[in-house]
Amino acid sequence: MTTSQPATLVYQRPTSFSEATTHYCPGCTHGIAHRLVAEVLDEMGLREKAIGVAPVGCAVFAYNYFNLDFVEAAHGRAPAMATGIKRVLPENTVFTYQGDGDLASIGMAEIMHAAARGENITVIFANNAIYGMTGGQMAPTTLPGMKTTSSPYGRDVELAGYPIRVSEMLATMEGAGYVVRASLHDPAHIRKAKKAIRRAFETQERGLGFAMVELLSSCPTNWKVTPNEALEFIAKQMVPAFPLGDFKVHPEIAKLRV
Amino acid sequence: MPASGWIEVDELYCKGCELCVTACPKEVIALDMDRLTPKGYHPAHLAAEGCTGCGICAVVCPDAALTVYRHVTQRKQPSSLVH
Ligand SMILES: Cc1ncc(C[n+]2csc(CCOP(=O)(O)OP(=O)(O)O)c2C)c(N)n1
Ligand code: SF4
Ligand code: SF4
Ligand code: SF4
Repeated sequence: MTTSQPATLVYQRPTSFSEATTHYCPGCTHGIAHRLVAEVLDEMGLREKAIGVAPVGCAVFAYNYFNLDFVEAAHGRAPAMATGIKRVLPENTVFTYQGDGDLASIGMAEIMHAAARGENITVIFANNAIYGMTGGQMAPTTLPGMKTTSSPYGRDVELAGYPIRVSEMLATMEGAGYVVRASLHDPAHIRKAKKAIRRAFETQERGLGFAMVELLSSCPTNWKVTPNEALEFIAKQMVPAFPLGDFKVHPEIAKLRV
Repeated sequence: MPASGWIEVDELYCKGCELCVTACPKEVIALDMDRLTPKGYHPAHLAAEGCTGCGICAVVCPDAALTVYRHVTQRKQPSSLVH
């Protein structure tokens, strides 16, 4: 398709991404979330000083997919590990990448206290309403009535309770500087999600406290739908249950144009 | 003159998920059923004329498999020129 007519480069793979191919299922939005983080780190020139903390869950190999320093935390403990790293290396940009099982189930204590302490870290929270890695069990974020391998007849709220809305909860913490829920279900929302990730890193760079972006994400494999149907499920089922919004934005970040 | 461009699909990364196929406003992407990637997927490819180089396909691609180019139509100097 190339012609002698000059052309501009509109998009290319971010340099904060490594050359590795990912093990994610086709169309899994973990890949989109990773790519957005890499693009933001490129644009902010943070690649050299960024340190990522990978979770347990499908994103367990995230350290292979980014072209930057990374450590691997025990299940749910990424915010605790990021706390230690940031306190020892305050000049570095420290972020965690966590799923909803990792962050809202086994790691609930760590995320709550990191926010309450106002740790100056950035948390990227991929909420796909299920435990992806282990075969699609019910998570604290599973929707009422949603079928999983451990709720084969649909989540029964009488038995298993209601989904947890993490962003709303963390936004009540004084230590939090930025708490936003975005979604990855279409190009317009992906662009907005990228801006939220940018602001979450800007919050850290300005020392304004704990920052988290919750990203409504898909798991086509365990939801047992095609990748495109999974995006539709996010739009139609997840967004109503987990409303998108800026739950807490530090005034200094609110006036920032990104 | 309408904007025109093209995409390149890196078959090492493409997993044939079809998110770009659905997202493309010009409906010019399809899976190439005659090819298999090293991972065994049918890769995305430009199947028709009309790509504008808008970059929307790259916004949805979970595997950063796409590079997008747009032809220069105006006289103004773009920031990065490739041929
Ligand atoms: C201490 C401990 N308990 C349980 C497990 C099993 N386990 C691995 S991943 C996972 C849940 C992952 O779900 P989520 O965080 O939502 O990530 P996803 O795979 O959906 O991206 C669990 C329970 C483990 N590895 N370690
Ligand atoms: S199991 Fe689900 S979350 Fe894990 S890689 Fe596959 S689609 Fe993504
Ligand atoms: S750049 Fe735009 S028009 Fe071209 S293939 Fe991608 S989405 Fe379609
Ligand atoms: S979105 Fe990316 S991985 Fe999916 S089919 Fe298109 S180029 Fe391939």
